Amino acid sequence: MADTITAQSAASPALALRHGRNYARRYWVFIVPAALVVLTVIVFPWLFTLYMSVHEWHIGGTRSFAGLANYARLFTDDRFHWAVLHTLYFTVLAVVAPLVLGVAAAECFHRNFRFRAVARTIFILPMMATPVAIALVWTMMFHPQLGVLNYLLTSVGLPPSTWVYDSTTVIPTLVLVETWQWTPLVMLIVLGGLASLPTDPYEAARIDGAGPWTMFRLITLPLVWPFIVVALVIRTIDALKAFDTIFVISQGGPGTSSETINIFLYLQAFAFYDIGYASAVVAVFFVLIVAISLVLLGVRQRARWQ
Amino acid sequence: MRSYRLRRIAGRFGLYLSVLALISPALLVFLWMISLSLKTEIDNMDYPPVFIPHPPTLDNFAQVFARNDFLTYTKNSVIVSFSATALALLVGVPAGYGIAKARATRAAMLILIARMTPGLSYLIPLFLLFQWLSLTGTLVPIVITHLVITVPIVVWVMIGFFEGLPAELEEAALTDGATIWQAFRHVALPLARPGVTVALILSFIFSWNNFIFAVVLAGRETRTLPVAVYNVLTFEQISWGPLAAAALCVTAPVLLLTLVMQKEIVAGLTAGGVKGG
Repeated sequence: MADTITAQSAASPALALRHGRNYARRYWVFIVPAALVVLTVIVFPWLFTLYMSVHEWHIGGTRSFAGLANYARLFTDDRFHWAVLHTLYFTVLAVVAPLVLGVAAAECFHRNFRFRAVARTIFILPMMATPVAIALVWTMMFHPQLGVLNYLLTSVGLPPSTWVYDSTTVIPTLVLVETWQWTPLVMLIVLGGLASLPTDPYEAARIDGAGPWTMFRLITLPLVWPFIVVALVIRTIDALKAFDTIFVISQGGPGTSSETINIFLYLQAFAFYDIGYASAVVAVFFVLIVAISLVLLGVRQRARWQ
Repeated sequence: MRSYRLRRIAGRFGLYLSVLALISPALLVFLWMISLSLKTEIDNMDYPPVFIPHPPTLDNFAQVFARNDFLTYTKNSVIVSFSATALALLVGVPAGYGIAKARATRAAMLILIARMTPGLSYLIPLFLLFQWLSLTGTLVPIVITHLVITVPIVVWVMIGFFEGLPAELEEAALTDGATIWQAFRHVALPLARPGVTVALILSFIFSWNNFIFAVVLAGRETRTLPVAVYNVLTFEQISWGPLAAAALCVTAPVLLLTLVMQKEIVAGLTAGGVKGG
């Protein structure tokens, strides 16, 4: 599920215009093999999920048509409601923190300084590292008695934290890991935006005696806004779908205090084998993600027209 | 004049300080991982923590590799990531070309929606499908599910690259009587080679890092490395040294690739915010 959201550049309009629509249509041949793969591994699961979601279906058990019973069950399942709230709480924090830090980081890496290439490489390593491996290291660092993080906190005079071992601190702690991992992606997207900015407004502003903060607020921010919105959309989708680090570090616990929709879904499907109900969760989850994305893409459209 | 110079120096100092603050969390985690993997169990359980291993020991790595199933899992990971990437390039590069040329924005939208869907939601139907086909217990299901990640990466990166190519060369080839396949094979593809490299690296890395598909689909013999390392955590007496050593072994290939191919990776990621998972 990889991919991207960027403005697509126009594809050689001259060529297509000269040869008309029929000409463009011939290129469908190139798409057929990939289309077959996409049909099998992406579209078939979507449709089959809808089919399963209207059935009472347990792996290794019976199955029968259930109408919308699975969906109705979602409305009365408190555990699911909490999972939705946990997901939204996690998402808001895991979007805002990387965005703020990422923009600040891009502003730093946009300047010229010695060792910039080295520093930037180190900075993007968290994003490329294997999430499970990283999650294991964080788990060891969060250890309440022997963990290095509590040692560092107490050595600068701060109280130790309970990290993932308390229901009030677990989600902010998971957000910390997510922020550590994905701030670099925001930085790269915004850095790409900064690189494309014209230099004239800055020179004019400098002559007028504007300070760095004023220039950032009145020139940089409005100009890179479309890039920030792209980063916002990508971060939101990824935070809603976050799984690996939560699954490895807290397994949704303590209790169910960090159980997000994705973890809830995993348990329903592969711990309780209740795949009819799990499919209904998938459908609702998917609608939620698409709805939020569309709202944010609406913001993006507006950003582009301004 | 002097105050201007002072302010410049202060600004420089502030910049270096901010950069240090930005990279120190990454440094902390990676250096701590290395430190844990090189220390004895006694040092790892010491408090206050021992930061520099004295003397460093490779025992933890020896312990990881002494278990021969770790080599099996490495082999599994290599097979899965290479096959999923190769298959994705095979179908994805022409598709990227076709979509760019036909300006099939609807096909591109499909890829976008696929990106929004959580990986788990593909897993339930595919899990059943593989059971019916009795493919469970082989690496085939894992390779196939990894296509969910690698194909969209390759297609998306290639759309961007093919759209960026000048159309004149292909037009000249077509005017000279080349078929569209020849124009693709001999004109567009050689020009887009840097794009293929970017697509290859990104799809390999995100397939290598993937956890969610294999954790559900893999049996004892077919685990990939991330799943194997996760199982070390859950099912065994936790000893930090070997765990950190195993984690380091799993992520080291990807980190080295990032160091070597930094430019290509940055280019690919900024082009669109590609991400796996």
